[in-house]
Amino acid sequence: MKLQINYDIHTACKILMQQHLDKLGIRYEIVSVGEFELKEILSPSQFENLKVDIKKYGIEIIEDPKNAIAQKTKDIITEMVYLEDKLPNSNTSFYIADKLNLSYGRVSGIFSEVTYTTIANYIILQRIEYAKKLIVENKFTLTEIAHKLNYSSVPHLSTQFKKTTGLTPSMFQRIIKKRNQIKGN
Amino acid sequence: MNTEALHILLADDDDDDRLFFKDAINELKVKTKVTLVNDGAQLMDYLNNVEVKVPNVIFLDLNMPIKGGMQCLNEIRSNSKFNEISIAIYSTSASDEDIEETFVKGANIYIKKPNEFAELKRVLSSVISLNWQYYTSGLNKQNFMFSI
Repeated sequence: MKLQINYDIHTACKILMQQHLDKLGIRYEIVSVGEFELKEILSPSQFENLKVDIKKYGIEIIEDPKNAIAQKTKDIITEMVYLEDKLPNSNTSFYIADKLNLSYGRVSGIFSEVTYTTIANYIILQRIEYAKKLIVENKFTLTEIAHKLNYSSVPHLSTQFKKTTGLTPSMFQRIIKKRNQIKGN
Repeated sequence: MNTEALHILLADDDDDDRLFFKDAINELKVKTKVTLVNDGAQLMDYLNNVEVKVPNVIFLDLNMPIKGGMQCLNEIRSNSKFNEISIAIYSTSASDEDIEETFVKGANIYIKKPNEFAELKRVLSSVISLNWQYYTSGLNKQNFMFSI
């Protein structure tokens, strides 16, 4: 048996997008066939999931190539900071440039333009975020955390922590403990 | 990656301070949208209006008539609807106890109010740039604390 169909690709695309956006539970408005105005901000993981989900139907989210490069750079940095075995043995700038197959000057220029910070500062920020995460988990001493994050010493970690957050690691630790006490009551 | 403008809200009862704040923010490179309110009561009315999109960052002056910054902080942090908002406290005090107490209550940023415009610009620039990183990189808001 043959089934012949008549279709409207725009309607199909619109309904597909609606289904996927509804699934995410966010409010949105349809601006035109190819444009949706989201009333809420998607988290990076929601954004990634949506991107992968709709790719199956041949629908692609249009991203600015500069944003894509900045995002890839961020991914490389996150991996570098969080996975000990991903720590580059060459210098960081060479490592990033090599992974992206672009000159470091170009990557760092695009990165600063898109993110309003420098690659160096972003690496520090991510390392301190990781230190915070480990402090919150309360499983390691500061010495162990400094070692895990490749700081030469605890004072080195503390100085960078204070410079980045304005707080000492122990003050941060105390605040987290007090917040947990309040939540527990 | 989010690249939409960062929505910033300031609650401050001083006319001059609101003006300086807006001018300082407008001179930054980060894409921003600024909303100004005069006191804590206006702030809470604004936030509780279901029609408006909640801001990304709120700057709260501690000393305001009708409803002070601390009371607003408590109200905002007791409503999970506002979990994603970063709260920056503007204060004249810089004692460690005050700073610690404010963070324990759920603030993310503590700012010792600068007296000069150039200094205000410098401070806001680092605060906004850091917020932009949290906003665009999906960093853990629970651990976001910054004192300047």
